[in-house]
Amino acid sequence: MNGRPMNAMNRRSLLAAFAAIPLLQSGCASRSSPVVEGSGDLGVVVERARGTLAIINTSRREMVAEVTGLGDLSHASVVFSRDARFAYVFGRDGALSKIDVLQRRLVARVMQAGNSIGGAISADGTLVAAQNYTPGGVKVFDARTLELVADLPAEYAPGKLSRVVGLVDLPGRRFAYCLFDANAIWIADLSDVRNPKLTKLQNIGKSPYDALVTPNGRHYIAGLFGEDGLAMIDLWEPEPRVRRILDGYGRGQEPLPVYKMPHLRGWAVAGRYAYLPAIGRHEVLVVDTQSWLEVGRIAVAGQPVFVIARPDGRQIWVNFAVPDYDRVQVIDTPTQKVVATLTPGKAVLHMEFTPRGEAVWISSRDDNRVSVIDTGSLQTLAKLDIDAPSGIFFTSRAARMGF
Amino acid sequence: MLSDNTSPINAGLWLCLAAGLVATPVAAQRAPMREQALIRMVRQDCGSCHGMHLTGGLGPALTPAALADKPVESLAATIFGGRPGTPMPPWKAMLSEAEATWIAQRLVAGFPQEARK
Repeated sequence: MNGRPMNAMNRRSLLAAFAAIPLLQSGCASRSSPVVEGSGDLGVVVERARGTLAIINTSRREMVAEVTGLGDLSHASVVFSRDARFAYVFGRDGALSKIDVLQRRLVARVMQAGNSIGGAISADGTLVAAQNYTPGGVKVFDARTLELVADLPAEYAPGKLSRVVGLVDLPGRRFAYCLFDANAIWIADLSDVRNPKLTKLQNIGKSPYDALVTPNGRHYIAGLFGEDGLAMIDLWEPEPRVRRILDGYGRGQEPLPVYKMPHLRGWAVAGRYAYLPAIGRHEVLVVDTQSWLEVGRIAVAGQPVFVIARPDGRQIWVNFAVPDYDRVQVIDTPTQKVVATLTPGKAVLHMEFTPRGEAVWISSRDDNRVSVIDTGSLQTLAKLDIDAPSGIFFTSRAARMGF
Repeated sequence: MLSDNTSPINAGLWLCLAAGLVATPVAAQRAPMREQALIRMVRQDCGSCHGMHLTGGLGPALTPAALADKPVESLAATIFGGRPGTPMPPWKAMLSEAEATWIAQRLVAGFPQEARK
């Protein structure tokens, strides 16, 4: 204590803490001894078919618990509280669930939409935002209670709501997102949560399908399904405006079928370069983040879905859409070449690096398996039996902008 | 061109068949393993855009209610040939026309669940 008189708020929390003690005691009674542990090496794996979240430990390479009853988790995604203790799960069915990964239980849950696709958490950890297809828009919640604090319908024409994709957190309690149906990017400033301020950028390009913010929070880049190119905003400029980058990367060639949309995140950036999935081409595009010009392209085994840099930027790992999704390729960044093709299992859906990247966890949906692979030797370190695994999310995301 | 058994008249017949009034000849002709593979493909791979429960996502919902006014023939043509100008790709590299029709019929009738191991 710093000796100041206790204010009303402190007294209230103290009372609440006392009130909670009997509850905690009864909660602990069944355990032999309370476990004190950190959450830095924990993570979650979505078991998409069972509506279940597996909590895993990346040091021991094992599943430590399962939290069930979370609804439709096809395409579920997760963000973490800034203390890396709580996982916020955005379900396809519009549910937002808050899981305590240390106590291994559901602590709060709201049905916030009819069809949801993901979310983000503000840098100060106070606001959780969900991006929704139905009703199209963004809803913002108190991260502690999951109480709705702001509703931002993506109404781009009278009565018309767009599906929202590419939601990211920006510095200063702001969020950026794309309106898939309106070819627009909106930036919501929630520094005064009662009066959200929207900046709307129109005609950014046809059908933005996902987006990323670079790790320094400066550039927001939206992938375009309907055009050969990407839309980019320099958020450090006084008046944000959209610039086209990689314009015409397909050079008029007939695109190949895209059986699954790629996903974009700030993991695309490795050192000076960004590695981005081409749409309708079996290529990874390499962009210089100083000039924003294409500096190369790397042929890969299929339509890339996730193109993820190892945290040190030395390697890029790529997985693919059906029917090439039994493979994972590794690109060596200094030589810009594919140096390995792995087959960790059937229907690889996601990859997640441990915080410093010595290992990568890969989910193989149709083999009901998560593989842990050493990123140096490429040897498999462990295999975990997990039912129809899709997304893998480690608590280290809590400290990363845009995650 | 789609085969004869996808004409509008037959499409109506297929609806009745798929509703369980009579055993479906197409289903009888198709190997059970391939049927299971198609069901899995729709639930899992189509599901990445349309949702595992086909309630919609970036792609529209494919529930019987959502498809009530859509002819099976046009659904089958969309599955097989894609829909240019939208993210719906042609699946002809992975399906025959008859299989696309079978999927369309099942969608309209209420798509089967995967057999879980």
